[in-house]
Amino acid sequence: MNFWKSTIGQKQLVGLAGLALAGFVLTHMLGNLLILVGPRAYNEYSHALVSNPLIYAAEVGLLVFFLGHVIVAMTLQKRNWKSREVKYAVSASGDKATSPAKKSLWAQGMIILIFVVLHLITMKYGEYYTVNYGQGEIRDLHRLVVDVFHQPGYVIWYVICLVLLGIHLSHGVASSFQTLGFNHPKYTPKIKLGSCLFAAVVTAGFVVQPIYVYFLM
Amino acid sequence: MNLNLKIWRQKNSQDKGQFMEFHAKDISEDMSFLEMMDVVNEQLIKDGKEPVEFDHDCREGICGACSMVINGNPHGPDKATTTCQLHMRRFKDGDSIVIEPFRAKAFPVIRDLVVDRSAFDRIIEAGGFISASTGNAQDANCLPIAKDHADRAFSAATCIGCGACVAACKNASASLFVSAKIAHLGLLPQGQAERERRALRMVAAMDESGFGGCTNTGACSAACPKEIGQENIAMMNRDFMRSSAKNRD
Repeated sequence: MNFWKSTIGQKQLVGLAGLALAGFVLTHMLGNLLILVGPRAYNEYSHALVSNPLIYAAEVGLLVFFLGHVIVAMTLQKRNWKSREVKYAVSASGDKATSPAKKSLWAQGMIILIFVVLHLITMKYGEYYTVNYGQGEIRDLHRLVVDVFHQPGYVIWYVICLVLLGIHLSHGVASSFQTLGFNHPKYTPKIKLGSCLFAAVVTAGFVVQPIYVYFLM
Repeated sequence: MNLNLKIWRQKNSQDKGQFMEFHAKDISEDMSFLEMMDVVNEQLIKDGKEPVEFDHDCREGICGACSMVINGNPHGPDKATTTCQLHMRRFKDGDSIVIEPFRAKAFPVIRDLVVDRSAFDRIIEAGGFISASTGNAQDANCLPIAKDHADRAFSAATCIGCGACVAACKNASASLFVSAKIAHLGLLPQGQAERERRALRMVAAMDESGFGGCTNTGACSAACPKEIGQENIAMMNRDFMRSSAKNRD
């Protein structure tokens, strides 16, 4: 039995990569909160990140985790669709029903994938303003962010996608522990609660930025 | 009570199949769901029509033969219940009930509500056993088993292999069934010798049968008439990961 071809092995890969990505979104969210401190702190943090030579290794690692998570999850999803050729006429209800959030994990993932691509185009590869704080010119990312988040359409799209990310994380983080074989009557309820709290904190932290910029700046 | 039934009729595995409507009259609320089906079939036979085929055997919730998806719920709306234990008092006069077979690619419909669950047998054949030399059983006290392990093994061993887990799962995954067998044997000393091989072979057989993967929705445990828990799936995942790493083949 080839581990990498098995449904369990592939799911464990998806879970591991997902946990790594969850760690990334947390740090990304914390960095974004510097918008509350001011333009200089925001831009200098951004410059410190991109000027560190380790950024290339980090970006390659992130890309590998991201592509691994998406491609393997899509492979599994394709198999899952094929495993029931004739659908039920009536959906389960009551205690035996599956929540729409758990049923649509793949769709949430697809929307988040589109969001990430557009987000990179808008932010990372977007307009390159510069600013000088006395130590040479650095990118004025703060100005770009303020520009972008003054467009109501973008703010709505951003908030919807971040809520979807939160729903994705609330199931995904706890689910990864289960997939990796960690289930214990004492700790699993706490992991599930922690997963929901993590998702809520990440989403709330990300949503602070567009709301702050749109309404208060 | 009188009921409107919409029952799946399918001549054989090649037939496309369709729903047919029946009116069940004068059904007692003390009947089990299968007894209600018997009444429907008796009427069909009296009318010179083909009765509806469905699986059943012990009719006391221990054999795992009965199946059916009732209004979208495998074994009906009640928790920890097989179709044969479901009573008509759960329904009201004039209710409409949609009855479908368990649906999964790995469980092809043989006829009407009867599906071929031999994929489960193939998974068991792959490793759901212990190899033991014949002879007298040794004194039970020679094999100390921690109470906690015994309880968990017994809990997993209550799986009757009905397939409701597959029917309930949005991916038609057999993870709960396979994990119940892996946990049942893997928690006991008698199951240790073949524990690693068992995980590898049973998971391989599960994947080859065309079941989907587990996405941890928990729908399987909710539908399970024996309430087999999700911790068994975690144990299967652990055993499979460890066995794959140590595998020398």
